[in-house]
Amino acid sequence: MSFQVLVFYSFAAVLIFSALMVVTSKHSVKAALFLVLSFAAASGIWMLLEAEFLAISLIVVYVGAVMVLLLFVVMMLDVDYAALRQGFVSKLPVAAIVACGFFILLYSFINQGVFSDDRYQAPPPKPADYSNVKELGRVLYTEYLIAFETAAVILLVAIIAAIALTFRGRRSRKSQNIQKQLSANKQNRLKVLDIKPVIRQKSDESRPEEEHSKDSNLDSAESEATKSEKAESKSTGSDSSKGKPA
Amino acid sequence: MIELADYLLLSAILFAISVAGIIINRKNVITLLMCIELMLLAVNTNFIAFSHFLGNTTGQIFVFFILTVAAAEAAIGLAIIVVLFRNRSTIDVEQLNQLKG
Amino acid sequence: MLKQLLAIVLLPLIAALVVGLGGKLISRQWAHRLTIVGVATACILSINLAFGFASGQISVIEHTLYSWAKIGQLNLQVGFLIDSLTITMMVVVTFVSLMVHIYTIGYMKEDPGYQRFFAYISLFTFAMLSLVMSNNFLQLFFGWEAVGVVSYLLIGFWYKKPTAIVANLKAFLVNRVGDLGFLLGIAGVYMVFGTLDYSGVFQQVNSGFNDLEIVISDTAIWSATTFICIGLFIGAMGKSAQVPLHVWLPDSMEGPTPISALIHAATMVTAGVFMVARMSPLFELSEVALNVVLVIGATTALFMGFLGVIQNDIKRVVAYSTLSQLGYMVVALGASAYSVAVFHLVTHAFFKALLFLAAGSVIIAMHHEQDIRKMGNLKKYMPITYVTCLLGSLALIGTPFFSGFYSKEAIILAIENSQLTAATYAYWCVLLGVFFTALYSFRMFFLVFHTQERMDEHTRAHLKEPSMVVWIPLVLLAIPSVSISWFIAPQIISGEFFNVAIQVAKSHDVLSSISEMYQQPFALGLHAFITLPFWLAVSGVIVAYIFTVARPAWREQLNLKLNFINQVLRENYYFDKLYMNYFAAGGVAVGNKFWKWIDAGVIDNWIVNGSAKTVASISGQLRKIQSGYLYHYVLVMVVGLLAFLGWIYWRALHGTV
Repeated sequence: MSFQVLVFYSFAAVLIFSALMVVTSKHSVKAALFLVLSFAAASGIWMLLEAEFLAISLIVVYVGAVMVLLLFVVMMLDVDYAALRQGFVSKLPVAAIVACGFFILLYSFINQGVFSDDRYQAPPPKPADYSNVKELGRVLYTEYLIAFETAAVILLVAIIAAIALTFRGRRSRKSQNIQKQLSANKQNRLKVLDIKPVIRQKSDESRPEEEHSKDSNLDSAESEATKSEKAESKSTGSDSSKGKPA
Repeated sequence: MIELADYLLLSAILFAISVAGIIINRKNVITLLMCIELMLLAVNTNFIAFSHFLGNTTGQIFVFFILTVAAAEAAIGLAIIVVLFRNRSTIDVEQLNQLKG
Repeated sequence: MLKQLLAIVLLPLIAALVVGLGGKLISRQWAHRLTIVGVATACILSINLAFGFASGQISVIEHTLYSWAKIGQLNLQVGFLIDSLTITMMVVVTFVSLMVHIYTIGYMKEDPGYQRFFAYISLFTFAMLSLVMSNNFLQLFFGWEAVGVVSYLLIGFWYKKPTAIVANLKAFLVNRVGDLGFLLGIAGVYMVFGTLDYSGVFQQVNSGFNDLEIVISDTAIWSATTFICIGLFIGAMGKSAQVPLHVWLPDSMEGPTPISALIHAATMVTAGVFMVARMSPLFELSEVALNVVLVIGATTALFMGFLGVIQNDIKRVVAYSTLSQLGYMVVALGASAYSVAVFHLVTHAFFKALLFLAAGSVIIAMHHEQDIRKMGNLKKYMPITYVTCLLGSLALIGTPFFSGFYSKEAIILAIENSQLTAATYAYWCVLLGVFFTALYSFRMFFLVFHTQERMDEHTRAHLKEPSMVVWIPLVLLAIPSVSISWFIAPQIISGEFFNVAIQVAKSHDVLSSISEMYQQPFALGLHAFITLPFWLAVSGVIVAYIFTVARPAWREQLNLKLNFINQVLRENYYFDKLYMNYFAAGGVAVGNKFWKWIDAGVIDNWIVNGSAKTVASISGQLRKIQSGYLYHYVLVMVVGLLAFLGWIYWRALHGTV
């Protein structure tokens, strides 16, 4: 058993284990951390395949950036992760069957001998001065230049989109919220109060005040309306205010 | 030596695990995203294995672009999750059925 | 010459367009001035043309003006064919039209639709001229339909009157039946001859052509020409109101009287007769068609005459008389005496227009009262109308020396000479018809102008001769009604005048034996006093006199005795009932069934709503798939991927990859 084989199997074992942990762990933070582990293991495997640049960038981009972002989000959101695991066990057989089906199918493809050693011989190891980065760069900046630029644009779009989605505007600004305006309806804006008619007696001026204090839990607009209603009832001298500012 | 088939089998296992993960973690959007990342990892491993064994860099270029797009996807996906949580106070997929017919 | 022809056709059209589209911008005065100038010019030019033709300065003109479309071998053109037949029609149409235009000034004086009316009658003149002057079937059909449309518009001129609307709809629908036959005939012409030009068709008829045979049954094999002729004749039956498509004409009397005179007596209804005369080379090829023509014409001539006897509406009497006279013309056509038919057409146009206008004059004087039972002794108040109406009636019943006498006598003589199977039937029909013509004409005449006065006081107080514009046309029409035959009869009967336009087969020549007589019109007139038709006419007048003037009470008694016949006649031989109850009601029933079964049942229920319902139910099922849950979609995707992989694997196993 050569060193390479040892490395491969150990990384593969770590990869499979961590992948299993990603899908089964109870808490998303744990899952994210295992995902980091699995990316690291995969990166080791890619090293074996002499894709050094990609292995490094997997670590840098994924482990360093994406996973941190993921962890950040997971931790930022106050989510009851236990509740999200409902149906975990009941779906397990289905998941096992589907996964097994996939694996068996893929296995039967792979195991047909098409990809065996005699057809795809491992290439001889590259010389020590061979630079995978240089090779990749050469192809990327010549043949795939347009695709490369497009990828750059996609990243830009992603940045803008992520900001646009989460940006809430400055707090101090008094801007129009069209969404809120459109979604306004009668029930949210207006509360119909059933106010008892105020029987106005010359000696008893304090009762409206009492009622007002009772309504003080209403928002200001409501109490404004109630006040004006009362003022009206006072000025007209009528013995009842309908109390329905609808 | 390690054959091409070994790498392929590894990624097949990885893929199967992530498929299972999608099915069992059906309520948690974040885990779903992670499972998708795992799937992409499996696919990428396949690409790199083929690239290596065929002596052709194109596979690696593909992986490069997949990584780019996946990073963008992760960024936007997480942004969506944040907005979602902000609006609905949950990331439970079961509650996200506004699109039902 | 071409400019003249164009002017004849287009001046009425231009006048109609200006007046019709100008609406109220054109004052009443200018409306009649413009149209009258247009029609008068056309009339003068036509008469000029006729003199040129009679003196031999002008021969047959055929000219294609404009190629409208060319479809394969089919050339659709607009053109003129001017020969003696066309010129005769042109003179009649423009002259009567001019008279009616002038008359209308008086008749429609107080009508709010004054300008519209002038636009219509001018448009009619254009349409009729383009019908008669055409040199091909397409333009003939155009004119045919155009006069139909104007007739429709004019019958319904008083569009607020429900009966007028019903009448114009009826006229239109009945004419559609005829037009279907006409179109089939034209299509047949194109199929057999491959052209729609008269000249092309007639050339082939004369030089032999490849006739087709249509097997009706084992014993009856018709030639294609029979089919064509009967098709064309069905068109003529519609337009010229022959039994059984006559029902629209009496009802068309709902329109204003001037158009009854112009369209429904003098010109449009004779278009069928003109058309058959024009097609004489074709009709000569088919004895079957001629027999059909004969039977239809004779039936119309006699049985519509019966109906005239019992009518009480002054215009309806004249309308049934028109039907009967159209029957006479058609009989002449059937007997191959085409020139006689056209001859009668001409004389009839004058005296029938005269009678209608006289009736209109009476109607004006009576304040639009049309019931002859409420008239009487009008001769005291309306001497000019009285005299002209008397002249017209005398011409109508065939009094010797009057124009109608020569033409009617020629018809009777022609049918007597005819060798066709149906000739005997037709002969007795037209002979009896003479008696009834005299009877209904003079019944009306006596009831209107003689007998005691039966109108109310108010009307009587205002009874007077209408204005000059009304009676001048009467006088002008009375002159040809009396005298026109003296000048044209010899030429027409001898065949000189129509020798190019009308072709008669040797075996069908019924006129050669009588043309001798017609060379001396006065001698013929004197001779008439010892012939049967004259005495029949006289007896008709006498009977009319007895029942109206001498012994009016007898009429009531006779009515009671002949209640059944009276009833049948009142119901117009139940034609209207038949059409309403069977054809119209049947059509409605079939339509209802189609509506319920096909439209509502099949189309609405199955095709339209059914497809919608199917889609709705399928989508109702499908929308359950659309749960909105992300993991359902994911599961479907995964399973789909699995299935896809499985499929590829299965194919790989079977070695098809």
